Amino acid sequence: MVEMVSRPYASAFEKFAAGNPDILCLSADLTSSCEIDGFRDRHPDQFLSMGMAEQNMMSFAGGLGLAGYRPFIHTFGVFMYRRPYDQLMASIAYPRRKVRLMGFLPGVTTPGGMTHQSIEDISVMRSIPNMTILETGDATEVESICEAADSIDGPVWCRVLRGSVPRLFDTPIKVGEMRELSTGDDILVVTSGICTEEAMRARAALKKAGLSIRHLHLHTIKPFDSKALLDQIGSVKHGVITLENHVTEGGVGSLVAETMADAGVGKRLIRLGLKDTYAHGGSRPYLMRYYGLDALALVRGVEDLMGQTFDITEDDLDAARVDDVHSLVKAEAL
Amino acid sequence: MRNEKTTEEIALGIRRRVYEHSMRNNGGYLSQACSAGEQLAWLYNEALNLGEPTLPMVPKPFEGVPSPNNPEYHTGAGYNGPATPDYDRLFIAPAHYALVAYATLIEVGRMAPEGLDMFNKDGSSVEMIGAEHSPGMEVHNGTLGIGLSTAAGLAYGRKLRGDTGKTWVFMSDGEVQEGQTWEAVQACAFHNIEVKAIMDVNDQQCDGAMDSVMEVGDIRTKFINFGAHCVEVDGHDLTAIRQASEENHEGKPLIILARTNPFHAMSILEERFPRLHYVRFKSEDERARMNVSIAKDLGVDPVDYSH
Repeated sequence: MVEMVSRPYASAFEKFAAGNPDILCLSADLTSSCEIDGFRDRHPDQFLSMGMAEQNMMSFAGGLGLAGYRPFIHTFGVFMYRRPYDQLMASIAYPRRKVRLMGFLPGVTTPGGMTHQSIEDISVMRSIPNMTILETGDATEVESICEAADSIDGPVWCRVLRGSVPRLFDTPIKVGEMRELSTGDDILVVTSGICTEEAMRARAALKKAGLSIRHLHLHTIKPFDSKALLDQIGSVKHGVITLENHVTEGGVGSLVAETMADAGVGKRLIRLGLKDTYAHGGSRPYLMRYYGLDALALVRGVEDLMGQTFDITEDDLDAARVDDVHSLVKAEAL
Repeated sequence: MRNEKTTEEIALGIRRRVYEHSMRNNGGYLSQACSAGEQLAWLYNEALNLGEPTLPMVPKPFEGVPSPNNPEYHTGAGYNGPATPDYDRLFIAPAHYALVAYATLIEVGRMAPEGLDMFNKDGSSVEMIGAEHSPGMEVHNGTLGIGLSTAAGLAYGRKLRGDTGKTWVFMSDGEVQEGQTWEAVQACAFHNIEVKAIMDVNDQQCDGAMDSVMEVGDIRTKFINFGAHCVEVDGHDLTAIRQASEENHEGKPLIILARTNPFHAMSILEERFPRLHYVRFKSEDERARMNVSIAKDLGVDPVDYSH
């Protein structure tokens, strides 16, 4: 049974930031939604309420960076790049301010629909010079995201999970590395964020079907160690499958595709994720099933790559974790 | 640095340099020198407490953008002296005023006159739209409306650190059409940030007179309602500007609205109203007439631009 950790960011951020006078906590009217309400109450001198005014917040954070501070901006990821993209570029990314952009509710982890779901943020951030991109996939990564982000000499985009988060790993994020979760020589599966848990659910059934799966989890998306990935690709026979909580254009799927194309790797690649589509509002399991981001979607991708079916059904997959839907920390709440 | 000229002399010098440059280059941001000459002269010659420049008088060429691979990168802020706690800081929010700002740096002895010859030349750091590596600039403000927010963030940070230096912004009135300006003012009021701004209210923008592009109404009342201390003065009256800057604005941002004439001291430019944003001469005849007329207004000889 997977251990579920309640609000790992809340305690991790407070532990990391409290008492460090160079770190300021900024919020855009989503303080409890980003689990920093306790920090606000206990460390008001390090907290700035910026209101529902993201354009000012981004340039303001740039000014704080110029003054030598390392602001941690907290809001839903989608609100930190779509409206204030110009400010993100001119005030933060270009001058390499040490602003830590803590983007909550990545992809379909919110029932808020199109306006709340950051489905193309990685694509946008990958194309911004000077930007670093980190994504959390479990409670341990959420617990270590602040230290990892704050180690970067420049701006950092973080996809942060909140609420009840499974613990999959026992070591913190080491920026620039990738996690090898299983070794195999048939297919390389590359996942990030919440999709890693999905791939782990499919592991036993795929093994039973006789497939040897090599599974990589990415928490550092930019900068990226393409040589390490190429070594991994070189050790599988049939090809690569990516699965991400993001559109397949510009995200991890594209990253792997570019890496393979640049090196002239002639293996097949199947990119799973949101296929040139917006999502709509709904629960995370529903959305992951509907849009093909879950364990079953990965199994179908494996079947596509291998050109055969394995008669694996939902019942054969490791039980999806059951969140307490009435919990105060339920992941789907706004 | 010791003042060697009066602020009036510097304002005149700024206009002469911008005029001469624009004549030689068949156009330029002439009108901005008309409207903002006194404001920039006053900032550099009186208001700002700045240290000696830390960068060479003749600007270095473009040395690359900020990047992990460009460790020697620096901004153009060194022309305003070192960024120490006691000194003031200035942001030129409308970066297309760069020509006027560069002329100011020359007039106050912070940049060599040769710097203006590099204006808008390929490979030069003296860019047409002031970049953060351009002389006197510390951030990119080419997208109008972000300057006040940046200054507010810096001012807040400096307040936390106990810096005694002030943070100033030179703004333009077109920026009040941007929502971010109002977000910045409300944030300054809410967090008691005493940033200081002087705004060139020349009623002009790129498409023409502001009232024909987007009416902005009574901006002084709007600034006050958003929580600023806002004073409106004649932007060509240095005494009025001085008095406005001394008003008490405890716990609030100070916004000085400097009402200006976009063809002040270059009366012939009125012929081009309402298209004053960037004056490019339409004909050799117009160029020749303006050359003679503006030279007379500024008390100099016409420019021999044939060489």
